[in-house]
Amino acid sequence: MKLHPILAALRKHKAGTVLIALQIALTLAIVCNAIFIIGQRIQRVNRATGLDESNLFFVSQQWVGAPSADTPDGVEKLDAMQREDLAALRNLPGVASVAPINSLPLLNSSWTGSVSLKSGAEIGDKTGTRTAYYFTDEQVFPTLGLKLVAGRAFNAGDVQHQGFRENRDRPVAIITRALADKLYPKGGAVGKVMYSDGSSAPTTIVGVVTRMQIPSSGSFGSDFAWNSTLIPTRLDANFARYAVRTRPGQLDAVMHAVTPLLYKVNPLRVLDDDSVRPFSDIRARAYRADVGMAVLMGVICLILIAVTAAGIVGLTSFWVGQRHRQIGVRRALGARKIDILHYFQIENGLIAGVGAVIGVILALGLNAWLMTHYEMTRMPVLYVLVGVIAVLVLGQAAVFVPARRASNVSPVSATRAA
Amino acid sequence: MFFPSPFGEGAQRAGEGTFEAQRCALAEPSPPAPPPMGEGSNIQEDGMFGYYLDLALRSLKRNKSLTALMVLAIALGIGASMTMLTVLHVLSGDPLPGKSALIYYPQIDPQDLKGMQPNKEPPEQVTLIDGLNLLHAGRADHQALMSGGSVPLDPQKTDLDPFYVEARYTTPDFFPMFDAPFLFGHAWTEADGEAKVREVVIARSLNDKLFGGADSVGRIVRMAGVDWRIVGVLDKWRPNPHFYDLNTGSYDYGEQVFLPLQTMLDLRLDRNGSTDCWGNGGGGVGNILPSDDCVWLQFWVQLDTPTKAAAYKEFLVHYSQEQKALGRFQRAPNVRLRNVMQWLDYQMVVPGDVRLQTGLAFGFLLVCLVNTVGLMLAKFMRRAAELGVRRALGASKRALFAQLLIESGVVGLVGGVGGLLLALFGLWLVRQRPSDYAALAHLDLSMLFITFALAVGATLLAGLLPAWRACQVAPALQLKSN
Repeated sequence: MKLHPILAALRKHKAGTVLIALQIALTLAIVCNAIFIIGQRIQRVNRATGLDESNLFFVSQQWVGAPSADTPDGVEKLDAMQREDLAALRNLPGVASVAPINSLPLLNSSWTGSVSLKSGAEIGDKTGTRTAYYFTDEQVFPTLGLKLVAGRAFNAGDVQHQGFRENRDRPVAIITRALADKLYPKGGAVGKVMYSDGSSAPTTIVGVVTRMQIPSSGSFGSDFAWNSTLIPTRLDANFARYAVRTRPGQLDAVMHAVTPLLYKVNPLRVLDDDSVRPFSDIRARAYRADVGMAVLMGVICLILIAVTAAGIVGLTSFWVGQRHRQIGVRRALGARKIDILHYFQIENGLIAGVGAVIGVILALGLNAWLMTHYEMTRMPVLYVLVGVIAVLVLGQAAVFVPARRASNVSPVSATRAA
Repeated sequence: MFFPSPFGEGAQRAGEGTFEAQRCALAEPSPPAPPPMGEGSNIQEDGMFGYYLDLALRSLKRNKSLTALMVLAIALGIGASMTMLTVLHVLSGDPLPGKSALIYYPQIDPQDLKGMQPNKEPPEQVTLIDGLNLLHAGRADHQALMSGGSVPLDPQKTDLDPFYVEARYTTPDFFPMFDAPFLFGHAWTEADGEAKVREVVIARSLNDKLFGGADSVGRIVRMAGVDWRIVGVLDKWRPNPHFYDLNTGSYDYGEQVFLPLQTMLDLRLDRNGSTDCWGNGGGGVGNILPSDDCVWLQFWVQLDTPTKAAAYKEFLVHYSQEQKALGRFQRAPNVRLRNVMQWLDYQMVVPGDVRLQTGLAFGFLLVCLVNTVGLMLAKFMRRAAELGVRRALGASKRALFAQLLIESGVVGLVGGVGGLLLALFGLWLVRQRPSDYAALAHLDLSMLFITFALAVGATLLAGLLPAWRACQVAPALQLKSN
């Protein structure tokens, strides 16, 4: 079929043509960027923490009237209280293992610092690599389900304890593979030393784990999200935190039993609604804004596409009605039904094509604008290409019903008076 | 003749002549000017409004699916954009209406020379030494030094377990400066504060919880292992955003107890919030205060005139120079004096996601409007015959234009009502989301008004082009072609 008559007809419907093209262009620009944002959020939310997240929960509690963690005596008392808790938790039926730990991935409460191959390097020094510390004990591996790739896990002999504010030497540590690769790009980090937080006392790397995310899930930690360091030390402070792994299927039962148990061990503490949380809850809370954003964008995109499709159906229906007689004339002059159908399909294809071209420019422009105003990366061309195909398909789908109605116009209608 | 034409075959046929007519209209001499209406024109126009409205309703009824599509598109666009606009409006609201321009947040730069860059912002809080110096200098109309924390409260009742309450450690000017309303009693005095009294102002919610809402002034409450005497109860007061300390979370956060800062320093109560240190500064955890090389307090002042504000900024520069001469400060004076709204702006408290969503919603509204323009165009052009008849019978172009605009106005109004319902639903959805600002998402009167103005305004705008196109119809040709 020749394009000429279609173009000639479109010239008579300038306003309608421009409106449909504009609508398609805007839809393409918005939907492309929205889907790109959704994709980014989903990618973030689906990142694995490196933990075995099922059957895991976290206890965070504060002591009431606790001794000061700044006197040696106070530290010993606090440590005794903590060990008492740990023993009680480990004896609780249904518990597989328990580790004291200052934070967990996605908890957004972190102790960050830097490690360096240079002794006495200041925090923020170029030779240092940023890291987040997890202070824990030898039970951390079975409790969190971390996977060791090299070296050994902690043993009971490694474990020290210290007041929260104390600056004690850290003789051994286990680091993530990401951090090991930064420090020792050629490999073989196990057995080597590093210096943490500007200390001049060496820390021997005894093991490397495959993956463990830092507690911060936001943009603050995005450039060192996988650089975790595990230190075998119980921290003693006016609060204590424990990670608990239960036997399969016993999570709820154990979580319910924990609060009464801890109060029984020592009533001078505060545990509120938020103190005992399953890891799934920590994950959901860390990413709730991202999930909310993705859902909202998804819903708006769907409605947007529906509105645009409805607009195409509406305007094409109008055109079909308007050209009723001309269609009849064409049919009477020998055009087949399929020719009429194709006419409207090609017409829509042309308009959608022009709209898509403008839409691509708008989409890339919008992406560039978003990059300057928000934390956003460049949108891959693939998104735009898929978007173009999608709007072309959308146009064809929307035009089909009115176009088929047009093809069913009887040749006899040409003979009827207008 | 068919007028008014029923929807169906007739209408379709009628439409056919439209574009013929239009093309010819360009070549034809412009249609005769409408007869002058003279004195009575206003009265006549008023009478016509009802008629146009009637015509509009008939026409909308004639083509139900197209009308429904337009109304739905407008309603969806308005609903989405009003939901997000309301959230944005609430989040970027003024926490101290009428007074925020007089409240300033001084910043000075006590850091050492390491990492200094020109034009770098000074720290966002003050050190304890500087805070106390500025407080005692007393150069502003009101000034308060503060920090946040939480303290364990023992209700000493059998039916209530001990719990933590959010605390604000501050100096007594806090209350008059921020217009915090007292339900009972008053704040502690400055002298009492300096004397480290154990006096407390509690929030209404805590008063309700502990004392069933009774006047509790003079009663004792046990917190952090110490007895405190209640001197005042604040009425409901929760500025949003929580501008005076954004570290606690920006929205829907309120302290339950207000304690004298000096007493807190004396008792070493627990602090929450951000601490930034340099050099050998230690952050301070538990019972230890941060060292002198750390900023961890907020200092606010009230300056009633711009002259006073300028003078205060001058004072901050002098203070910095003085401290440098004393050897405490190492950097050249680097001061800022922002008022509340400037501070919130600088801190970018409105979440980026919300701004992004608002932009998305308005993009959506734009598409809905383009859609409506297209559909309206189709609808109006289809009625070319009817309009031609009206023109031939003497209706002026202006009258037709008015009639068509009324029709689009009706669509806008109905769409606006639908949009309002959708916005209420959207805000309900926002409130179900677990963000800290969720509870604040309510439509207020001004947003209600804006919703309707936006809906009708946008639809009239969308109706302009189609109405203009449609009333270019040449009367004679329409009659001839039929």
